[in-house]
Amino acid sequence: MQLTVNGHRYDVHGEVGTTLAEALREELSLTGTKVACGEGHCGACTVLVDGEPVLSCITLVHAVDGASVTTIEGLRDHPMIDAFVRSDALQCGFCTPGQIVSAVALVESKPAPTSEDIRHAMAGNLCRCGAYPKIEEAIRTWQG
Amino acid sequence: MARLIRTEKEVEGRYEEVWLVVEEDSLDQWPAGPREIVGRDAVRVDGRERATGQAVYTADLAKPGMLHTAVLRSPHPRARVTSIDLAPALALPGVHAAIGPGDIEQLTADCSFQGVAIAAVCADTLAQARAALRAIACEFEVLEPLLDPDEAVRRGSLLGEPRERSRGDYERGLAEADVVVEAEFRTQVVLHNSMETHQAVVEWTGEGVEVHISTQYIWGIRDAVAQGLGLPADKVRVVCRYMGGGFGSKNSPDDYTFIAAELARRTHRPVKCALTRREENTAAGNRNATIQRLTVGARSDGTLTALGGEFVNAVGWDGWSSGTEGPMQMLYACPNVKTTTYGAKLNLPPMKAFRAPGFVEGTFGLEALLDELATKLDLDPLELRRRNHTHEAPEGNEYSGKNLLECYRRAEPHWERRHDVRARSTATVKRGVGMASQIWYGGGGPPSYAWIRVGSDGRATVVTAMQDIGTGTRTAMAQIAAEELGIPLEHVTVTLGDSDRGPYATLSAGSSTTPSVGPAVRAAAADAREQIEEIAEQRGLKGASVADVVDVLEDAQILGKGARGPNPTGMQVLTFGVQVAEVAVDIETGEVWVERIAAVHDVGRVINPLGASSQIEGGIIQGIGHTLSEERLHDPATGRLLTTTLDAYKLPTIADVPEIVSELIDVPDSHLTNLGAKGLGEPPIIPTAAAIANAIRDATGADVRQLPISREEMLRALREAEARQ
Repeated sequence: MQLTVNGHRYDVHGEVGTTLAEALREELSLTGTKVACGEGHCGACTVLVDGEPVLSCITLVHAVDGASVTTIEGLRDHPMIDAFVRSDALQCGFCTPGQIVSAVALVESKPAPTSEDIRHAMAGNLCRCGAYPKIEEAIRTWQG
Repeated sequence: MARLIRTEKEVEGRYEEVWLVVEEDSLDQWPAGPREIVGRDAVRVDGRERATGQAVYTADLAKPGMLHTAVLRSPHPRARVTSIDLAPALALPGVHAAIGPGDIEQLTADCSFQGVAIAAVCADTLAQARAALRAIACEFEVLEPLLDPDEAVRRGSLLGEPRERSRGDYERGLAEADVVVEAEFRTQVVLHNSMETHQAVVEWTGEGVEVHISTQYIWGIRDAVAQGLGLPADKVRVVCRYMGGGFGSKNSPDDYTFIAAELARRTHRPVKCALTRREENTAAGNRNATIQRLTVGARSDGTLTALGGEFVNAVGWDGWSSGTEGPMQMLYACPNVKTTTYGAKLNLPPMKAFRAPGFVEGTFGLEALLDELATKLDLDPLELRRRNHTHEAPEGNEYSGKNLLECYRRAEPHWERRHDVRARSTATVKRGVGMASQIWYGGGGPPSYAWIRVGSDGRATVVTAMQDIGTGTRTAMAQIAAEELGIPLEHVTVTLGDSDRGPYATLSAGSSTTPSVGPAVRAAAADAREQIEEIAEQRGLKGASVADVVDVLEDAQILGKGARGPNPTGMQVLTFGVQVAEVAVDIETGEVWVERIAAVHDVGRVINPLGASSQIEGGIIQGIGHTLSEERLHDPATGRLLTTTLDAYKLPTIADVPEIVSELIDVPDSHLTNLGAKGLGEPPIIPTAAAIANAIRDATGADVRQLPISREEMLRALREAEARQ
């Protein structure tokens, strides 16, 4: 299989049943993508597949053969990172990469989202520390 | 200079009398108010590392040759393993070792709660380990579980002796009362659900072990692992640079660390043992359920004459009976108080500390009871609390600092909104406002130490073997060091999370980290600053800043060390606060929305107002989950757990968050350390449930008596209120 991850092309050899999260974290050592539940309930593992947010822990890598994947490592220079840091939109930080990937997907389709848009788009990304008010603020002010 | 003192030590509300070696705290406190760096907003020093995914958590560790573990856990609340065969597992590809009951103390054939570990397998991949686990042939004799806390108390199935606490004459106090209110409150089991599950990577190195673990207490892990493995403590290295939350559940090594250690010993490989989310929600601890049978007696002017309570903590199979009676004992100036607290031992998974254990539950009961009293007396609930405010601790000793009345004063504008809020009610959606007070510990204590080194580049590195569980302590420590040294915040690095690299620092629990380690960091920075100033003086540079003189150092470094001094003797060091909640209740469906929460807390000096506001918001949001949606359910017939996934267990999402307004009194506690700062991790979650319940009463007249306030509970309370009229 081939995957383009953050602009680089990789041959991926995952066994049948390997998830995209496992391929990214274990085979490509891209551990910025976190797995918190492993069953698609929390959003921590969110990555972009051909621009769309996808739960990588329940996506089989064979199902995305040939796709273009963006992980948090590919968003290092995205202004959303600064917005999260500036707004204190993280505490323990374990859910944060997934939050940021979801937030980037939102603002790519809607650069100036309303509170309602943010609450709708981000409701699938759990944060147990409860950084939600600051996450909303970060996304509202991501353009600086 | 170190000296020995006899003092009381408090952790998570549990006191013990201990001998402690402490050092003097000779620095004067900074004056109140924001300084150059301390008291001003700082973005997290590690924010970028965490946000970009560069921060390496235990979950991200992949050591060369590392094996993965799967753990066989009892599916039954009470059962005996009658036969187990590990051989089929060992025969599968990739499997390196399997261990079962008796191989280590943590694996057992006597299953006393669902999730207790029976056997474990390690393999090259996690998938192989899981496949091997399924191949283990294990048979059980299923036994009748004990699940009912009251039944446990009747049968004497208790953890420890019942705790009786009494002052004054309770019976006489009741007799003197003009009004007596009695009510029974129940709170549910709540799960921590840290985003990073409990996990460890263990590797034997030479004569010892290296343990990478997601923990709140690297020194506690070091000592427990050393004891468990029969090693000298300095042969155990514990590392935790980043961790994905804990909330009280990650203070001990638990079964997974010892399973990894034993498998690593047998295979001569590094072994990772990570709980799955379902294991996390079964066997990694919980906030236990409680039953609270409470009585309050008061004169017609609202003066409390008697408070009494029977508290049953449904502890589970193991753990401890937390201070659910604490708020009743401590919050008000009532002369006659009598409480009895039972810890019921049940065939349910053991509790662990969870953000203000006992006080979250006890405050719900007490503060809801107080509002029922206020209604009976036709008194304003805020006024009732003011009338029963106490300036000295009910036990007679002084508070080191208390600004609860100031919290009440600053809450007034929020409380005043109730008339407008109520006026926005409709025929089917009723709105109201409620409040509740908060009391908790949070003073920290000795020992904790810090080292600091300053180089000729004018940059400083703080070294202390503490951990940052996500509360922002790394940032707070950097602010304190930068302030004392007079250098920019960006010139300070904090190195933490490694028991081999730095001195002892306390656990990240009990709202104790900043008040314990912060003064040590300041003392270390002051030690370095004084040395630098002396050097400057030799060059004739009096009053020069650190930056002006460090250039003469070349390869030399200035090394400072600091220690946390003692707590004030004979004083209670506590935190206080108040929250005001606004809710809407759909009286047809029983749905409850929290629309706004205002929080005013008194935790002494605030180091980082930005981080503090985040902690308050996080505490309140967890509190809202606790109040309205979260509940670990078990089948009452079999005891089997029903809510082990994040689908079934309802955590709050961003869509559930109301408007949150927070304010801190920010006055240093003049008796406490060189900082006057207390902890803020726990206080914000304490009054939230009671404030919401009281807002519901204000909106509807209904007395909710149990958490979570589900639609069923809300409709029951509404029906009861209707029947009363």
